Amino acid sequence: MQETRIALRFVGQYDTACVNEYCALGGYSGLRKALAMDKNAIIQEVNASGLRGCGGAGFPVGRKWEMVAAAEGGNKFVVCNADEGEPATNKDRVIMAGDPHSLIEGMAIAGYVVGASKGYIYLRYEYPYIFPVLENAIRDARAAGFLGDHIFGSDFSFDISVVSGGGAYVCGEETALLESIEGKRGEPRFKPPYPGTSGLYGCPTLINNVESLVTIPPIVLNGGAWYESFGLGEHHGTKIFTLSGNLVNRGVFEFPRGTNLRQLIYEVGGGCPGGRQLQGVQTGGASGNIINANMIDIPLDIDDCSAAGATFGAGDIMVFDDSKDVLEIVENLMEFFSHESCGKCTPCREGNTRLLQLIRKIRNGEGTLADLDTLEDLSETMMDCSLCGLGQASPSPVVSTLRNFRNDYLSKIEGGLK
Amino acid sequence: MQNQCDTSTVDMAQVAAIAARYKNEPDQLMRILLEIQSVCGNAIPREAATVISSVTGIPEVEIYGFITFYAMLSDKPRGQYIIRMCKSAPCHIVGAREVAQAICDCLGIAPGETTADGLFTLEFCECIGLCDTAPAIMINDAVYTNLTPQSAVSLIRAYQQGGVC
Ligand SMILES: Cc1cc2nc3c(=O)[nH]c(=O)nc-3n(C[C@H](O)[C@H](O)[C@H](O)COP(=O)(O)O)c2cc1C
Ligand code: SF4
Ligand code: FES
Repeated sequence: MQETRIALRFVGQYDTACVNEYCALGGYSGLRKALAMDKNAIIQEVNASGLRGCGGAGFPVGRKWEMVAAAEGGNKFVVCNADEGEPATNKDRVIMAGDPHSLIEGMAIAGYVVGASKGYIYLRYEYPYIFPVLENAIRDARAAGFLGDHIFGSDFSFDISVVSGGGAYVCGEETALLESIEGKRGEPRFKPPYPGTSGLYGCPTLINNVESLVTIPPIVLNGGAWYESFGLGEHHGTKIFTLSGNLVNRGVFEFPRGTNLRQLIYEVGGGCPGGRQLQGVQTGGASGNIINANMIDIPLDIDDCSAAGATFGAGDIMVFDDSKDVLEIVENLMEFFSHESCGKCTPCREGNTRLLQLIRKIRNGEGTLADLDTLEDLSETMMDCSLCGLGQASPSPVVSTLRNFRNDYLSKIEGGLK
Repeated sequence: MQNQCDTSTVDMAQVAAIAARYKNEPDQLMRILLEIQSVCGNAIPREAATVISSVTGIPEVEIYGFITFYAMLSDKPRGQYIIRMCKSAPCHIVGAREVAQAICDCLGIAPGETTADGLFTLEFCECIGLCDTAPAIMINDAVYTNLTPQSAVSLIRAYQQGGVC
């Protein structure tokens, strides 16, 4: 299967230490073109592209830009979410390591459109080797006049700083991320107000994922309709997928939205190694649904995945073969959430711990049928009442396996399997 | 080495100099603390926190609140090399547990502990963004991927013999 590389178009195509090589590929011509365009015309192109946020929530990128552009406030910020903490996702690392200039260019265009003069890249601590790549690229872009005062002789000025994460998954949540940049504990804020009206230091702030931002320069250059046309059928554009777990070929690949999950697993991933059979797939990262092998005929896009009981997330696909114990995987995931819950609200802080305890109890052969109901009730409460997306989504592995791997639970419970 | 940082070798003037950057870069508190941690033996001891507080004006209690929230900052002493072993699901299902066990056996310590010579601290961590080349670990800032129990042990031996820096 042939990849369609748009967000990944320049990865590995130039020496990241050489801004001239990026320019030779057409780099920074998107920014040059943007600065000669009307801001609303750019927003229209982004809207026409159908681009939806690539960080997991899938909010339409053009609509978010529109809101921040319209927000009142002299001081505005553009923040790139490069926290990439979701287990089973490592696409942003690949983009930043191989093509830092597209990110800088995308952020500068975003800054121009929303009216910001300062940008931040919030980079997770776990990517220490990416810091110099980004900071050198920022320095080179500044020296070449693509950042700084009066870019391309216009009255637009913009600069970028890189800020470090500290090893907290919750800081990928946009308001926790802002708290962290402000030098505080990364605890999510109550919403509203949303960052678009009151974000960093209370100023209107645009927050986008790395992949969303690097897709902007080609959209500006070639038009929204051009990008949109890459999607299969009704789908718009492309998406990067991270393939991990029990696959012959793991890695980061970009395909049209609407590509079938089964094809991705077998034709790109090569199926399970060692002659093993596919047992299931966790879609959408640690907080995504786990589906069984009969459910994998899904066109990969946000709404299709939800309708099929899967999760699109950031395009994360973790495959496990028939030698794996599904409940052991669920236990591992709930350990993750118990550990990463920031503790600010009770449903998530207590809920994840209780879910983990119940899963362990069942795995130890001490579970009852009533425990399955408790798992479901508790999950529902957490999804409804948690303050941020972490607690709202963390029960997904439990709820989805109760549905899609029910016998794995029942077989561990006395009298469960009749 | 167990409960107290050995602060005799820490240069508080250096800590103060790094902390002074906060005045112009209040958005870089994390990197300032990470840098201080790296010159204080991979931890921020009480004495350093006091200095940071007086230089930046941030109350000491807030500095502690910050340090204890983030997994990468520590107020407890740690070894020269911090080995972070990913235990998240994509690593777990391709053999991370066996790799971790081999490293524990090789060093004779459990996760959370530091070797008697102060060389290694072993920690479990969550996803380090190398899922497509799992199992993966980090030793300080270096990453190691596609590990097996055997290759992990050779790697640790190389560090013990000073062959990697
Ligand atoms: C617990 C949690 C973790 C998240 N982690 C990330 C992340 O690592 N990277 C990211 O881009 N978005 C992450 N998000 C989503 C962000 O809150 C936000 O929606 C996103 O950065 C917006 O950018 P986009 O619209 O371009 O996708 C996370 C959300 C939650 C609730
Ligand atoms: S849902 Fe969890 S992570 Fe989010 S604010 Fe509540 S406790 Fe913190
Ligand atoms: S799960 Fe180990 S690196 Fe992502």
